[in-house]
Amino acid sequence: MTDRLFRTLCVAILVFLIAPTLLIVPVSFSAGSEFRFPPPGLSLQWYRTFLADDDWVDATLFSLGNAVLTAGLATVVGAAASLALVRGRMPGKALLEALLLAPLIVPPIVLAIGVYLQFAPLGLIGSRLGFILVHTALAVPYVVLVVSAALQRLPPSLEMAGLNLGASRIRCFREITLPLVWPAMLAGSVFAFLASFDETVVSFFISGIEHKAVTRKMFEDIEFSISPVIAAASTLFVAASIALMLLAGAARAAARKRTAA
Amino acid sequence: MSAVSDGPALDGLPAQSTGVAAPRPSGLLRGQLPGGLTVLLIAPLLALLAFAFFAPILRILAASVLEPRPGLSNYARLLSQPLYMDVIIRTLWISGACTALALLLGYPVAVLMARTRGGWATVIAACVLVPLWTSTLVRSYAWILLLDRNGILNGLMSKAGLISQPIDMLYGNAAVLMAMTHMLMPFVILPIYSALQSIAPELGQAATNLGAGPVRRFWSVTLPLSLPGVSAGCLLVFVMALGFYVTPALLGGPKTLMIATLISQQATELLNWPFAGAISGVLLALSLGIAVTFKRWLDLGRVVAHD
Repeated sequence: MTDRLFRTLCVAILVFLIAPTLLIVPVSFSAGSEFRFPPPGLSLQWYRTFLADDDWVDATLFSLGNAVLTAGLATVVGAAASLALVRGRMPGKALLEALLLAPLIVPPIVLAIGVYLQFAPLGLIGSRLGFILVHTALAVPYVVLVVSAALQRLPPSLEMAGLNLGASRIRCFREITLPLVWPAMLAGSVFAFLASFDETVVSFFISGIEHKAVTRKMFEDIEFSISPVIAAASTLFVAASIALMLLAGAARAAARKRTAA
Repeated sequence: MSAVSDGPALDGLPAQSTGVAAPRPSGLLRGQLPGGLTVLLIAPLLALLAFAFFAPILRILAASVLEPRPGLSNYARLLSQPLYMDVIIRTLWISGACTALALLLGYPVAVLMARTRGGWATVIAACVLVPLWTSTLVRSYAWILLLDRNGILNGLMSKAGLISQPIDMLYGNAAVLMAMTHMLMPFVILPIYSALQSIAPELGQAATNLGAGPVRRFWSVTLPLSLPGVSAGCLLVFVMALGFYVTPALLGGPKTLMIATLISQQATELLNWPFAGAISGVLLALSLGIAVTFKRWLDLGRVVAHD
């Protein structure tokens, strides 16, 4: 009896969790000329509107470019830093770790107005370089957490064996470390990609008139109206996020298998 | 840590007993990287963070104490005007209420998640993770679709004959609180789930063998052992809620101003950057103060890199 009550309660809470996200899907396929629920019929018109609107397409492509480059940069500098943190010898490691994770704790609005003041005189507002630099700072903690965890599971004896057999450090990294931790790096790069693509607050402040992040475009549109074209864009983005996160999950499962000693 | 205890004792005896000063153990023997290489590996990231993260924050904080004239006048204004104090107090109570609600609703889900196996486990995980992977912007839009005057809930209720006039549900504290709880719940569920998973099943069995019923077993075994997850999740949710911007900006009205929306208003509408900087200083002090004080509990790895 209590078990049944508990289960019913849990199902209600799970519905509360998932329903708002799922409701976007039928709204995006609406055949109506404006937002109505339930939709009067089904059609692809709002997806066609999305694809035919240069503002939406340009903003989406701009954000995609930022996210790809951010993922690349964050993975390289983040993985290098993880190696230093896990395998390196240096004083003040705990403090360094705290500094690297600070972007997860600092409220984005504080960073947003600071970055605006810092970037405006340098001409970095609305520039790809500006976006990539800030987004990398925000995305790198995910890479560091995931790659450090994989490196910690990897016994140093493997790398030491390589060194003892006369391999150079670079060769050891390429032939021993990298093949064992790349799935973690792939997972980290997916997290970094999504952290950049979904980032809203800093993007709002550093978007220019020409180069606008898709999150700023969406934010402005939501304030203006609740047109189903926003639901169509959202559905596309959520579907892509789910696909990417499943990929990251598979990569991390592979990483655990490889590094389990 | 002494060098001796780490050093290799090749002859099976502690190096100390030979009477010769023990050599400093080479890091190489423990698979460590040399110091120079370590610095080279971490330097690019530190340089990037210095330019694109720490410098901007220091810049806005500097503006708050240097402009329009050096001193604490911006902070004095913030603390002396009841209007601004109201915003700070509202932010604190909304964040507190959000944390309490997320824990109350999230704990049962974490328990169910930890004890379910097979296909249902995937369904539950999807219900928790899919919202987490959906941006707060998209989820805020979804809540507007639900709560709008012409929205889904009003439509369903009028069809069912429950209401004759649409109700205004948006732009109040309740809408902001409900949506924020929804956004932050996964961050409390995942650490609790991870703590529950690490409880050895034998403990529950032992409690049953000793005559404990399900209620007693929960209170004296499950709950105490899940507390590390509870504290990690609650801290994370509270700190994130303090700085929440998108949801209060889109779902809230003038009466539901929170600290983050106040900062943005001062900067973009009133162009008072130094004062926005002072509010940022207070928000930063609150967030970092809590994070540093409870550092031991705040296990970020448990959420981001949960295994």
